[in-house]
Amino acid sequence: MPFIPHTEADVADMLAAIGADSIDDLFDEIPPELRAKGLDGIPAGLPEMDVARLLQRRARADGEPLCFIGAGAYAHHIPAAVWQITTRGEFYSAYTPYQAEASQGTLQVLYEFQSMMTALTGMDVSNASLYDGASALAEAILMAVRANRKTASKRVLVPRSLHPSYRRTARGLVGNQGIELVEVDFDPSTGTTPVAQLEAAADDGEWAALVLPQPSFNGTLEDVDSVTDWAHGRNMLVIGVVNPVALALLSPPGEWGSDGADIACGEGQPLGMPLASGGPYLGFLTCKQAFVRQLPGRIAGRTLDAEGKLGYTLTLQAREQHIRRSKATSNICTNQGLLVTAATIHMAILGGEGLERVAAACHANTRRLTALLCEIPGVEPLFDGPVFHEQALKLPAPTAEVLRALAAHDILGGFDLGAEYPELDPALLVCATELRTEEEMLAFRDLLLEVLGARG
Amino acid sequence: MLIQEQSRPGRMATAQAPLDMADVSDLPAGLRRKTRAALPEVSELQAVRHYTRLSQKNFSIDTHFYPLGSCTMKYNPRACNSLASLPGFLARHPAAPESHSQGIMACLYELQDMLRIVTGMHAVSLAPAAGAQGELAGVMMIRAYHDARGDTARREILVPDAAHGTNPASAIMAGFEVREIPTGSNGDVDIAALRDAVGPQTAGIMLTNPSTVGVFDCNIQAIAATVHEAGGLLYYDGANLNAILGKVRPGDMGFDVIHMNLHKTFSTPHGGGGPGAGPVGVSKRLEPYLPVPLVVKDGAAYHWQVEKDRPESIGRMTAFGGNMGILLRAYIYARLLGAEGMRRVSEYATLNANYLLARLSNAGFTLAYPERRASHEFIITLRKEAKEHGTNAMDFAKRLLDYGFHAPTTYFPLLVPECLLIEPTESESKEALDGFVEALIKIRAEAKDRPDLLKQAPHTMPVRRLDDVRAARQLDLAWRQAQAQD
Repeated sequence: MPFIPHTEADVADMLAAIGADSIDDLFDEIPPELRAKGLDGIPAGLPEMDVARLLQRRARADGEPLCFIGAGAYAHHIPAAVWQITTRGEFYSAYTPYQAEASQGTLQVLYEFQSMMTALTGMDVSNASLYDGASALAEAILMAVRANRKTASKRVLVPRSLHPSYRRTARGLVGNQGIELVEVDFDPSTGTTPVAQLEAAADDGEWAALVLPQPSFNGTLEDVDSVTDWAHGRNMLVIGVVNPVALALLSPPGEWGSDGADIACGEGQPLGMPLASGGPYLGFLTCKQAFVRQLPGRIAGRTLDAEGKLGYTLTLQAREQHIRRSKATSNICTNQGLLVTAATIHMAILGGEGLERVAAACHANTRRLTALLCEIPGVEPLFDGPVFHEQALKLPAPTAEVLRALAAHDILGGFDLGAEYPELDPALLVCATELRTEEEMLAFRDLLLEVLGARG
Repeated sequence: MLIQEQSRPGRMATAQAPLDMADVSDLPAGLRRKTRAALPEVSELQAVRHYTRLSQKNFSIDTHFYPLGSCTMKYNPRACNSLASLPGFLARHPAAPESHSQGIMACLYELQDMLRIVTGMHAVSLAPAAGAQGELAGVMMIRAYHDARGDTARREILVPDAAHGTNPASAIMAGFEVREIPTGSNGDVDIAALRDAVGPQTAGIMLTNPSTVGVFDCNIQAIAATVHEAGGLLYYDGANLNAILGKVRPGDMGFDVIHMNLHKTFSTPHGGGGPGAGPVGVSKRLEPYLPVPLVVKDGAAYHWQVEKDRPESIGRMTAFGGNMGILLRAYIYARLLGAEGMRRVSEYATLNANYLLARLSNAGFTLAYPERRASHEFIITLRKEAKEHGTNAMDFAKRLLDYGFHAPTTYFPLLVPECLLIEPTESESKEALDGFVEALIKIRAEAKDRPDLLKQAPHTMPVRRLDDVRAARQLDLAWRQAQAQD
């Protein structure tokens, strides 16, 4: 019996101790008419070697195409040590560290992670993860509406240049609580959403918060200082949505404008998580000290034990659902603990300089790729201005057709921007992280040239 | 010592980063970071040794019996991890075209189907990232259903007082109000109180069955009829699905919507606090509202269904459609078990729980519901021991750690004083269970003779009992901040 150790003798002894004749008798409080008749359609169990054969076939079927898609999930080098240690049984098969004395390993990892995230974002405090970047943004919006004492407004300004899936996810998750997300268009020439653009969109009424992505979905970089100061001048809280690898190069949210962003969140995937079809990743959420009691999710704290020795424990649990129930800051319980472990080891191994080298290589590769692709007639940058590691390009042919033709040769050529922003069509968002080589980028250029040329 | 405290300026794991610092001088200075982020500067070996040693400070299923009630800490087969980590699965970008996704989509489609069958529901979405997100998706669908019918006065969700805290918290996040329903003395929902509570304001009820007190609610059919007659829907919290997997199906009990915790019942790991996966299953009338994406099959080809294909959907719960790697692990586990194996899960989980209950009862421990069968878990109350020796449930729990057993769930559910909620799971052997019983008997003897041994426990862990009050009052949540305070 898979994963069940009982011998027939064990079962007989155990039933005798219980005073039951059969295992079936143990279900005798369940009305007989509710008992399942059968599980038709569920196949019989297979030994591990057969399941392995099936899964290997399916994994191979999806291949390992050369990928130039970013759009919120990025392929980076992950040191071998990261997942070898993360999947040690002591991390992999432990529960949420409620019994602190028997969970000091996980708890110290959480504390180190929080420390690293505050260092990276320049914020005061961090929680110990949410599900992903989009759901972290939803929690950040709920938090900002609760935390903004200067207004009772439940309206939040959201640039249309924020990741489309983040906008959809956030709308779904906060909409039922009466929060209104008002979208602001970007400047069509720069792709950015500067103060003038925000001024035009925000009426004179009160607003709870502004969401400020850096970089934005279309790859461009915002003037975060002036936008942050403008929002604070209007009594809005500022929620930064940031890429943690980009933060090795770019100004951290804690230093935006005169006072810094109030909350910073984002997707932790670039910190040691494989693409893996979109998850499991980890959402991070950091904020100013003043808002710590509004933070949702687990938080690890350092304290002393009965003998005065340093130790770690989950703290501020009065915010959480298992204590406060309907009055909790969020319903979140299970979060992304194992991914936090991976991200912590990843950041420890890379260090500040390693992460900066990765970020710089991503930036340089994307510039190189842009230059190569723009050698092709009709391909040119969609916006002026700097980018981090994603570039929006204008294409001379329908994007979906081009991407299909590239994929037929195992190159995933980028994200179809026009599918989300019809006014930009035909347009392509490309990304070249530190993993992409000169040969790979040349191969992409040559194939794109061929695909576009074949169209005449 | 923290990894940050091992940092030395100029040290790094050189093999792991690009050889050179590429030129980024085109980035405007005003947008640049002014000082490098203060991440640890350590060698690769230092990091490896540090985190390996930290791992050794944890209890885990792989190292210890972990009878944590309501958490289903069973063996996580290693094949689920290694096969879900095949290069083709790890490398796939979430926006990869369907032409390069048929392998994983086949797995997801079949998982949807197996979960649908084993729960007796009409359709399943794998989108929610954890149990609490599954709950939220579930109550959002209940809301969408009533709203679509113009039945907008239904703004109240009923929740038994023994429910997990996530239930009321999820209902609030979906914009509902919460009304608690008391639990009767036999552990079942107080059906008279339920009848008084339902009305035109009732949107639905959130129910765990078997409940958090470890018994199967015998009145489930009457509860379903009461709520349905009042116009409400029934939500099934799948936290305890391990107790009935393949034996009883929530769909057959009359539930309209359910979530499953794959990190419990389908043995994807708990990971020290996630990731989980919380798929939702629905009856026919709620199908249009399922969260996206879904996988559908057309001939031999698999396709995604997203917002534009399902206009009435409550939407997406995360940016990319869920914890795919966890869903793969659950799929692998389901294929290893098959239909028979799934049924055996609940049978042997129930056998183990009732055996532990019988042995502890015979040894003189007080059962919270002595007249009831255990489901896959049960409650003992240490009220007597607390009164006689001044040793409470937490003292027993901490002392168990010294004996090499993770503690059961303590002080939950809140309605049983000094309780331990014990869930052994099907993957534990009789010897492991016997060892646990012996330890509890010894600890009870210690409580009588040397109560301080319990009150000061644990004695053998990396730290002694921690000062939680200090942790909450003198907040120390990040290393850099801590240095600034010193």
